[in-house]
Amino acid sequence: MKRRTFTTLVAGLGLTASLMGTSAMAQDNMRIALVVKALGIGFFEAAAEGAEEAAAELGDTEIIYTGPTDTTAEGQIEVINSLIAQNVDAIAISANDPDAVAPALERAMQRGITVISWDSGVAESGREMHLNPSSNELIGNMIIKLAADNLPDGGQVAILSASATATNQNIWIEEMNKVMGDYPGIEVVATVYGDDLADKSYREAQGLMQSYPDLDAIIAPTSVGIVAAAQAVEDAGKAGEINVTGLGLPSEMAGAIESGASRSFAIWNPIDLGYSAVMIAHALATDEATAQPGASIPMGRMGEVTLDETTSGAMADPFVYDSSNIDEFKSIF
Amino acid sequence: MLKRLLTSREMLLFGAVAALCALIATRFPGFVAPGNLLRVFNDTSPLILLAIGQMIVILTRCIDLSVAANLALSGMCVAMLNVAYPDLPIPVIIAVAVGLGTLMGMFNGILVWKLAIPPIVVTLGTLTIYRGIIFLVSDGNWVNSHEMSAAFKAFPRAEVLGLPVLGWTAILAIVVFGLVMTRTTLGRAFYAVGGNPHAATYTGLNVGRSQFWAFTISGALAGLTGYLWVSRYAVAYVDIAGGFELDVVAACVIGGVSIAGGIGTVGGAVLGALFLGVIKNALPVVNISPFWQMAISGAAIIIAVALNARATREKGRIILKSAEKPA
Repeated sequence: MKRRTFTTLVAGLGLTASLMGTSAMAQDNMRIALVVKALGIGFFEAAAEGAEEAAAELGDTEIIYTGPTDTTAEGQIEVINSLIAQNVDAIAISANDPDAVAPALERAMQRGITVISWDSGVAESGREMHLNPSSNELIGNMIIKLAADNLPDGGQVAILSASATATNQNIWIEEMNKVMGDYPGIEVVATVYGDDLADKSYREAQGLMQSYPDLDAIIAPTSVGIVAAAQAVEDAGKAGEINVTGLGLPSEMAGAIESGASRSFAIWNPIDLGYSAVMIAHALATDEATAQPGASIPMGRMGEVTLDETTSGAMADPFVYDSSNIDEFKSIF
Repeated sequence: MLKRLLTSREMLLFGAVAALCALIATRFPGFVAPGNLLRVFNDTSPLILLAIGQMIVILTRCIDLSVAANLALSGMCVAMLNVAYPDLPIPVIIAVAVGLGTLMGMFNGILVWKLAIPPIVVTLGTLTIYRGIIFLVSDGNWVNSHEMSAAFKAFPRAEVLGLPVLGWTAILAIVVFGLVMTRTTLGRAFYAVGGNPHAATYTGLNVGRSQFWAFTISGALAGLTGYLWVSRYAVAYVDIAGGFELDVVAACVIGGVSIAGGIGTVGGAVLGALFLGVIKNALPVVNISPFWQMAISGAAIIIAVALNARATREKGRIILKSAEKPA
């Protein structure tokens, strides 16, 4: 497994080098650099695929997919400096550290390079805007929608969270509770905490099944919890009866989709994310749009993003994965 | 034999576990259904396996904090082996898991024996090393259920006479180590070495070597549990069983194993593990706030240790008094 990663990494480096070589000759094209946390990571390879899709759609755009070989801020700074030297038109970065890369990016902006961050943000001074894969409101709504869509007649759902003090999960659950009125008939019977430990989450899921024999769905907005709950449901022979859903990664949830313990779950789609980042970078670099609070920036097939007072915006609802697309994504991330 | 196995402390603990179950039954009657009790036993099996190994280590005045990391590394290795060679038969997988665990236990043991480094320092170090190695071999990636072969996942779940193989493994370990600890020279040596190392040396026992074997046994059990854990939860990643070593030590302490060495039985360790297992399985069904859950688990440990400490102290005083009299 390690060796394979290494070879993809070397291939990625080679590819980057060749792209850099050719880009110097084609000055007319708009050159957008997609800087990732590290090369050879499936999630970012998929984002690069989306970036190429956007470039093909835009026509006059060339993508420079690059990043350090390991996930360090130092490596990214070197990459940024070399991109400044090549005078690219735009940099779209998923940062390893929000503050450490900011000075280098500020220098890039001084040279007239458009800089945006996506996925993992940069301090406000170091970018024109930040693209979040989704927002707390959208996630909160999505997790209950996933459960409700499979329960047309209503039913009982329970939440299996990470720890009781986990900020992300608590915000999502809070946002979910705000929109419960839109899903009549759905009753949240319990919220339990698996502490992101496989064994505790498994036990909590077993406890839910015992305490609520009529339970219809378990919502786990945490990747360890959703996998453990799906396994507990499968082991209890209740796959198909209790639907485990929430937020998880396709590679980790493929088994649960196969067994029927989970009908669908959600997480951001890296392809859409790379696509949107390039679309935004292109729009900003060509001055078709400006990054300021309240502005709307078009993202091609993904609609448009509206920026808040910190000039960051949310791309879309989390992407839903089910038996129809799991095979395509399970090898990606 | 039976009387010796069920000395008053084990009976007391058994009573406590039974009382606990009865208390839970008042809030959730389904808990004491035979099927559910079997499920609880099965769920507690990994803790029982590790507690037996830990008990032997503690008997020799040592402590093994690396068990959970050993479990996780062995589990990750066999999971990756299974992904690479899906047709490898389960006995080979188990042999590899036990072998890896044994090696890691031996490494602890050698450091304690030959370099005479305090066990808590050695295992605190190896705990971090083993966790680090998991990251190196896996690159931080997960091994997920769809990548594991069906046979790999099925083994601990296969039911024999209504109890999954996971539970039977624990029963087998209880029987084997029950015999080893009471009926073999090796088992008695662990008690002698921990009870009075100087006297043990005079009788010709090598204290360091006994400690080495204790770590080796603990490592082997951790390796075995590693496979069972990974296949039961059908997932392997760097942090599996994080912090589990503390549960294991707690199970031993609750089970009347003396941290000072020399005192403890397999039965005690098993009951200590079951006590924790019952609490862990009951808390999700009796509807208690997660913040209280931690406090309750902690309180149970302190109460059990306080009771044990009192029991040992009384015994100590009597011995001292009778020893002082002639002087």
